Amino acid sequence: MTQAEIKLCSLLLQEHFGEIVEKIGVHLIRTGSQPLRVIAHDTGTSLDQVKKALCVLIQHNLVSYQVHKRGVVEYEAQCSRVLRMLRYPRYIYTTKTLYSDTGELIVEELLLNGKLTMSAVVKKVADRLTETMEDGKTMDYAEVSNTFVRLADTHFVQRCPSVPTTENSDPGPPPPAPTLVINEKDMYLVPKLSLIGKGKRRRSSDEDAAGEPKAKRPKHTTDNKEPIPDDGIYWQANLDRFHQHFRDQAIVSAVANRMDQTSSEIVRTMLRMSEITTSSSAPFTQPLSSNEIFRSLPVGYNISKQVLDQYLTLLADDPLEFVGKSGDSGGGMYVINLHKALASLATATLESVVQERFGSRCARIFRLVLQKKHLEQKQVEDFAMIPAKEAKDMLYKMLSENFMSLQSIANLIERRQFETKENKRLLEKSQRVEAIIASMQATGAEEAQLQEIEEMITAPERQQLETLKRNVNKLDASEIQVDETIFLLESYIECTMKRQ
Amino acid sequence: MASRGGGRGRGRGQLTFNMEAVGIGKGDTLPPPTLQPSPLFPPLEFRPVPLPSGEEGEYVLALKQELRGAMRQLPYFIRPAVPKRDWRRLPRELKIRVRKLQKERITILLPKRPPKTTEEKEETIQKLETLEKKEEEVTSEEDEEKEEEEEKEEEEEEEYDEEEHEEETDYIMSYFDNGEDFGGDSDDNMDEAIY
Repeated sequence: MTQAEIKLCSLLLQEHFGEIVEKIGVHLIRTGSQPLRVIAHDTGTSLDQVKKALCVLIQHNLVSYQVHKRGVVEYEAQCSRVLRMLRYPRYIYTTKTLYSDTGELIVEELLLNGKLTMSAVVKKVADRLTETMEDGKTMDYAEVSNTFVRLADTHFVQRCPSVPTTENSDPGPPPPAPTLVINEKDMYLVPKLSLIGKGKRRRSSDEDAAGEPKAKRPKHTTDNKEPIPDDGIYWQANLDRFHQHFRDQAIVSAVANRMDQTSSEIVRTMLRMSEITTSSSAPFTQPLSSNEIFRSLPVGYNISKQVLDQYLTLLADDPLEFVGKSGDSGGGMYVINLHKALASLATATLESVVQERFGSRCARIFRLVLQKKHLEQKQVEDFAMIPAKEAKDMLYKMLSENFMSLQSIANLIERRQFETKENKRLLEKSQRVEAIIASMQATGAEEAQLQEIEEMITAPERQQLETLKRNVNKLDASEIQVDETIFLLESYIECTMKRQ
Repeated sequence: MASRGGGRGRGRGQLTFNMEAVGIGKGDTLPPPTLQPSPLFPPLEFRPVPLPSGEEGEYVLALKQELRGAMRQLPYFIRPAVPKRDWRRLPRELKIRVRKLQKERITILLPKRPPKTTEEKEETIQKLETLEKKEEEVTSEEDEEKEEEEEKEEEEEEEYDEEEHEEETDYIMSYFDNGEDFGGDSDDNMDEAIY
């Protein structure tokens, strides 16, 4: 774990879960696997606090546990998973583009809560969607369920490992911690539920209360006394699947930029056909025949078989080698060279970093050096294999750029927090004024009175607030942008490491 | 120790590694010595690339800020406990009595425990106090109790002087807040951007 990664994890945990969870989480990231009491002792935290923190971390898939000999349970943090928290907005937005608002909220609830049962998700999302609808309209559970099923079918959400169902012949004491298991084939299996109902509006008056479930108590979602039909079956967002989608998007847009729309559509089709059959770290997709590709082109895409074949040949001949030909049967067998594509994308990222930071001349030199190495090695290069030396070189470059990106995100977050703290007084004042205005408006105050209250914030103060808002937005947007770079570099690094 | 003075005369200028291996040849002019720390913000030669704007960029940005605010409201966000106070030394009236409803909320994740000790009551109160500031929806019962409690809280605030002494700093404890607390103060409209 590099210092930059640990620092960033610390900031993310603190922003999302508070200082106590941050302390425990960072400690585990630094020290590796530890039992409960050692954590409490080493961090100087009370046992209760540690327990709470671990519950939260485990709930959010950031910490896992294992029973060791003599019944001692040890906890281990997943640093890379913590870093994924940066990407939550991107996961949610992607779902919105694919499955609209309903899908978006499903994934958002799963990310915010770590894991949930399907019935809980459906209920929450129906409630939230109902809030946004016109008066009198409600969202049906069935519609939300359908979207959920589609997300499961395309693997964007998956089942969490669950408590194994043991036959009750076991007389001994229960183990200190369960060993959760999941069957490959069950991972996307949606339980047969007949969820009937509609979303409820959250009424803001204080009179209505007793049975109304709050969105903030995920563990107590059953305020109605009926038994939960899918008790024990929890779901989580499948981050790898999203990463695969991002990767595919990047490849398609690279092809579109380099060639044309039609080529990119063909590549997109090929990637879509390989979605579920190719693992995320595979160097290339399963071979697809030109006939199959032709049949799978999107409806309404009117190109003839010959034109398709011409495009495929062009793609395969392109020096970037995103597409490769692996055989002649079926009209020609083609694959997407995922590893090559990732390498090109990562390299392009590096080149553009050099260009933006050091100018075009340096960028030219950088490109030449890369190219020259490539030419030297070309003779010994096999199809879709990168020689060890070049791979190591590239790897080193990516790792150090990745390291710097992580460091810069940590800097961005710290700067944002600093700016916010500096202006805390002003922000609080403005919030108070807003609250006063809101309540006065509700009780029907006059324009003159409202004006008076608004003037409590002076013009220079308003200016300061504007500047603050602009800066914070800029810092936030930069975080998002740098995370995209990190994604590309890490994808390449991961893919390369798995092959060594 | 004895060799320290002696080492100065002999073997001066010898390094523990081979200079050529690093890339500095013999007789090369080295760069001028650095006499001051490098500037905090070195001059930027090239302007940075503009950030993505447009619908997608705006939406993702707003989403990010919203998520940040939302996570602070969820029960997963654990707030630090109030420091322990020695109740033997303080007037009894300053101790705040526990109410049943608070227990429910706080013991979500923990197994059943024996009746709360005074420290935990405080912890509970502190949590309630901060929760109240976020204006969570409460049932009508709790509403009344909330008002009573708020008065008590204000009295309690005088007690915070103790914290200053405990920590031996020149700053009041709220100085060390990271400034995100007020983010949840936005009353009903969770759609507003959180700073």
